[in-house]
Amino acid sequence: MQKINREALIEKAAALLDAGTVDRVLAWKRGEFDYDVTPGLFTTREQMEAELVFGDFCGANMSKYLIKETLKGEGKVLVFLKPCDTYSFNQLLTEHRFDREKVYAVGIPCEGMLSVTAIKAAAGDGISKIDVTEEGVVVETLFDGTKVFGHDEMLAERCRNCKSKRHVAYDELMGEEGEVLDSARFDEVAKIEAMSSEERFAFWQGELSRCIRCNACRDVCPACTCEKCVFGNPDSGIENKAITDSFEEKMFHIIRAFHVAGRCTDCGECSRVCPQQIPLHLLNRKFIKDANNLWGDYQAGEEVGSRAPLVDFDFDDMEPGEAVIKNGGEQ
Amino acid sequence: MQPYKPLIVAFCCNWCSYAGADLAGNNRLSYPADVKIIRVPCSCRVNPMFILRAFQRGADGVILCGCHPGDCHYTTGNYYTRRRMSLLFSMLDYLGIERERTRVEWVSAAEGAKFAATMNDFAETVAALGENKRLEDLRCKK
Repeated sequence: MQKINREALIEKAAALLDAGTVDRVLAWKRGEFDYDVTPGLFTTREQMEAELVFGDFCGANMSKYLIKETLKGEGKVLVFLKPCDTYSFNQLLTEHRFDREKVYAVGIPCEGMLSVTAIKAAAGDGISKIDVTEEGVVVETLFDGTKVFGHDEMLAERCRNCKSKRHVAYDELMGEEGEVLDSARFDEVAKIEAMSSEERFAFWQGELSRCIRCNACRDVCPACTCEKCVFGNPDSGIENKAITDSFEEKMFHIIRAFHVAGRCTDCGECSRVCPQQIPLHLLNRKFIKDANNLWGDYQAGEEVGSRAPLVDFDFDDMEPGEAVIKNGGEQ
Repeated sequence: MQPYKPLIVAFCCNWCSYAGADLAGNNRLSYPADVKIIRVPCSCRVNPMFILRAFQRGADGVILCGCHPGDCHYTTGNYYTRRRMSLLFSMLDYLGIERERTRVEWVSAAEGAKFAATMNDFAETVAALGENKRLEDLRCKK
């Protein structure tokens, strides 16, 4: 259950709109069901009262929308940022992707977002309503009555391993400042590393072969902000929508993850939007884990202007052959 | 049926390793004809995609040769290569692709003998692994 509700967000946004500080608001908009919340743009109080929502399905990271939105007008855009969103916000500023002067950022607390996939898997078909109360996640279904699940069991994987409750960027903060957490987010990567080469290959073949190349992971990623994408190049041989060979998925996913290596803030949006539930964050985390392991801890987006590991070097860096072994490769 | 011969792609930097290969030839040192050299301006020109593309098109092993760290013609290019390839190779290993199929080696223009020895050793390693099955693109096979 979130500590802050939609009324508080609407009040805050309406006050800022009335004061003329901002002229539009980026927030979460009601979808067809309780759980399919989409990002939306609001300009009046009426619009917000009709459609703005905030709850346990507002996982969408608003930072990336600022790139296009700040180009549209002269006034400021109000954006609500959860702690993990603020890292992406800083990372985009580091890369000069939008004008900080045109944004008014309000930090809001987050108690972790729920995974729709987990709820659907547990509750079965015909979900008509999902409520989050003190006793847990109350799911009403058409065929099977009401079911109650524990809140923590239904948390999205990225929230169970939340890396930080601290806002690293904001103009104004609602609620209290949180702390950087000591999360076990690399445990699953380590588990895969511990498998044999054959098992790892089979695991990833199984996961990646479900990919339908919808490009949602790329489109939602706050680190993927190129105007022209390498995957849009008709000469690349991998621009096809339909996959004709298992190589294509591997190529796509290795390159996608590599292009954000060192810049990925581990917000987990890629896995959230994947319609095939491929654990894409495990690829990104592998890069983060390796980079931390080889060149010291680095958290992308922690401060504006920090130097990512791949655009930096040391004279006595490890050789790639040794590095693979240090990163958990087989002897 | 012909006996299996590995296909190896070697990305060699123009300033050191390519000249090293030249020296190996001048000195009549032999290295396997399975090694196909692609000249690049600097080892850091090699995009991770090049390596994957080589595998896609049927390479069984990919080796990247550049100037020794500190000797880069462009001062710092190979330091970046070193970091990038550390991550890429770790990722390939993570996905279950045999680690021995990829290698980075620093070969200077004066090291013709090292070039030949490296290529002989790498070709042997790759031949022992056999055909690249895990990163192949069936459409590229005849």
